[in-house]
Amino acid sequence: MPRPWRRRHLGTEADRATFRTLHNASLAAPALRAGLTADSAERSIRHLHDLLGSPALALTDTAGLLAWHGSGQHHREQSAGLAAVTVEAGRTRVFDRSDLRCTVAGCEIRAAVVSPLVTEQRVVGTLQVFAAQPTAGLARAADEVALWVSAQLELAELDASRTRLMEAEVRAMRAQISPHFIYNSLGAIASFVRTDPDRARDLLTEFADFTRYSFRTHGEYTTLAEELRSVERYLLLEQARFGDRLRVTLRIAPEVLPVAVPFLCIQPLVENAVRHGLESAEGGGSISIVARDHDQECVIEVEDDGVGEDPDVVRRALAGDASLDSVGLGNVDGRLRTTFGDGYGLVVETAPGAGTRVTVRVPKFAPGVHA
Amino acid sequence: MSPGLDAAPGIVAIAFVTVATLAIGTWGLRFSRTTSDFFVASRSVHPRLNASAIGGEYLSAASFLGVAGLVLLNGADMLWYPVGWTAGYLVLLVLVAAPLRRSGAYTLPDFAEARLGSRGVRAACSVLVVAIGWLYLLPQFQGAGLTLRSAVGAPTWLGPVIVGVVVLANVTSGGMRSITFVQAFQYWLKLTALLVPAAVLLVVWAGDSSPPASGAGGWSVPLASGGPSGLYVTYSLIIATFLGTMGLPHVVVRFYTNPDGRAARRTTLVVLVLLGLFYLLPPVYGALGRIYAPELAVSGRSDALVLELPRIMVDGLLGEVLTGLVTAGAFAAFLSTSSGLSIAVAGVLSQDVTGRSRRLGGVAAFRLAAVVAVTVPCVVALLAPNLGVARAVGLAFAMAAATFCPLLLLGIWWRGLTPYGAVAGLVVGGLTSAVAIAWTVGVADPDGWVDALMGQPAAWTVPLALATMVSVSLLTRDSVPAHADRFLVRLHTPETLELDRG
Repeated sequence: MPRPWRRRHLGTEADRATFRTLHNASLAAPALRAGLTADSAERSIRHLHDLLGSPALALTDTAGLLAWHGSGQHHREQSAGLAAVTVEAGRTRVFDRSDLRCTVAGCEIRAAVVSPLVTEQRVVGTLQVFAAQPTAGLARAADEVALWVSAQLELAELDASRTRLMEAEVRAMRAQISPHFIYNSLGAIASFVRTDPDRARDLLTEFADFTRYSFRTHGEYTTLAEELRSVERYLLLEQARFGDRLRVTLRIAPEVLPVAVPFLCIQPLVENAVRHGLESAEGGGSISIVARDHDQECVIEVEDDGVGEDPDVVRRALAGDASLDSVGLGNVDGRLRTTFGDGYGLVVETAPGAGTRVTVRVPKFAPGVHA
Repeated sequence: MSPGLDAAPGIVAIAFVTVATLAIGTWGLRFSRTTSDFFVASRSVHPRLNASAIGGEYLSAASFLGVAGLVLLNGADMLWYPVGWTAGYLVLLVLVAAPLRRSGAYTLPDFAEARLGSRGVRAACSVLVVAIGWLYLLPQFQGAGLTLRSAVGAPTWLGPVIVGVVVLANVTSGGMRSITFVQAFQYWLKLTALLVPAAVLLVVWAGDSSPPASGAGGWSVPLASGGPSGLYVTYSLIIATFLGTMGLPHVVVRFYTNPDGRAARRTTLVVLVLLGLFYLLPPVYGALGRIYAPELAVSGRSDALVLELPRIMVDGLLGEVLTGLVTAGAFAAFLSTSSGLSIAVAGVLSQDVTGRSRRLGGVAAFRLAAVVAVTVPCVVALLAPNLGVARAVGLAFAMAAATFCPLLLLGIWWRGLTPYGAVAGLVVGGLTSAVAIAWTVGVADPDGWVDALMGQPAAWTVPLALATMVSVSLLTRDSVPAHADRFLVRLHTPETLELDRG
């Protein structure tokens, strides 16, 4: 018995054709979201081929063939020429057997419909459908699929530009050592030159190492050990300026020092703690930095006993409101989320007059993240 | 033995170790991390300290009690157990330690995911971590029952329950795993607990004008009995222990603490020295037991040899003190190894099973996972027959050797490994090992070739899994991960080399 329940359950023949089409489209989508490359073309073309059902299908960029699927492999060399003509025209072109010279007996490929792939008003490649007859239906289908692929590629472009934006922010943050900090540090060092030359020299070395780390250009990630070393240098320089008014406690579990973290993900938090927490508080205050080992995760807490902040302001800073003073917070939060997933954002506990505690959780291992 | 005056040193020792472990687990953070001065970040864990910690976590009931019992029972053949458990670190040192550290993986499933870029392989590895962890926990719990019965005459079920509760309290309250210092201390405690009584007993033996073992002959000669199947069992044991060490979930995570690949190698080297030192001692107990306590072998209580020998050989207060010392050492062995294993299993469970539930938070998910991770082997330990501590651990090693060893070796040294090949090899290795273990537990009297093959399966399961992994990988050559070459470069280039590792 041919299982009638199943037929009812899945709808009519037309419904199921729609489902198949949608399913094939959804299979092709993830690869295309990486942009138009030989690799993504190779991985998506099988599903696009299933979608169209023609004897052969090719994807090219503007320069040449990226992937071919189906019969008639001997036509591969011709696809670059077809692409060039279509890119030139900027719209869908139909080619017949005079354009596709073929001497192989029994070859199904006698015609081709070539549609341009367009992102942001620019032709980036072509979709080439090969068949025996250049029918109007085939042209329409090729056109529609090319439009859909173009939409996916535009999304890929969007992803890429979001990543570029993040990178630009990190670069900005590197260059963002505040002029005040440089001025104040050098001033503090200068005040020691006569009274305590040894200390002045040490501080100058720390200052040089600190700037070298912060201006580092390579690598998106670093180890927690490196990041904390830079934080310590920063605090050393700030202490030279504030003296006893700035009290610092560090409690670091040595087990978590090798953890890979995004570059400059702790230091902005410490800078915030010093600036917002202490500079405005009378009689100085204390900062504590704690790193703990929680089996598969590492937990880092930066805490100050300064004036605190209105939670709503922090919420807006985390949401990326650029008009606020807490520059680093939103950026660090965003980078932690893109690196480790949405579960790993910053947690900020604060209230006016109650100090601030920022907690960072970092997994010990995340695919693709290494210092 | 009836509980009475005899039980006093045992009760004191067990109470001391239990309270100390719980106290350190609860307040340890405050002990080991006082306010520090600057540049704490440059103070990473030294290889010597880390090696002691690995030793502390690694030396389980099987090492502390099982080896001496086996030597008493079966003679010099059984020395392959301690030799293999040590030499496993040699294989780890040469082939795995530094590349594994450079991979940045924390657990074995992490390594599989990073190397092969596949969630499927990760899932298979997670299942195996749980299986091997439980298999290894089982004899720890059974050994605890044995120790309690031997030391204070308590019923056998009490030991697993006490160890289970202490481990659970420790793991859920924050975990002693996190503190390298505590695990390092455990190694030196175990070494002392075995070394001091052994020295005293040797002096007693020398003062007794050094009597030779009764009924000598074949006992001290390797392979004196058993014929060809004895030879097979020995080779199979060597393969299981040499290759199984790298697949133990609680050992691998310790390597993450090393700052780089070079430190990982140095750590492994020190582990070799420390284990070599420790494993000199159990055979001493075995040999002395042969002279002074052969009745333990006859009555089937050979695993209790280390615990009972001091009292048999030395009378009075000194004997009681020594008994207390070995009991404390044995209990420390259960607790440290069980904690490490439970955390490893609970970590995998909470990440891949209970963590998926949206209703549970991170901490709640981990606690639920810890309860499952401890309860299952604890209950099984109460129900299942006792295989002998060292033999049961040997089976866990055999399973690790047949699954994670091929994955690690091929993953580190062969760029052609594919996700399909890895899964196929893991499934074949895991299933054949599981069948062999079920056979061994089910069949009462091990005799004949089939039982030898099943009781010590590594010699055929490891090559089978390795061959499966290679051949399926060759068949699915198209699916070699795109980043394989780059990943292998990361694994094998020293960190000091300037190189773009992205």
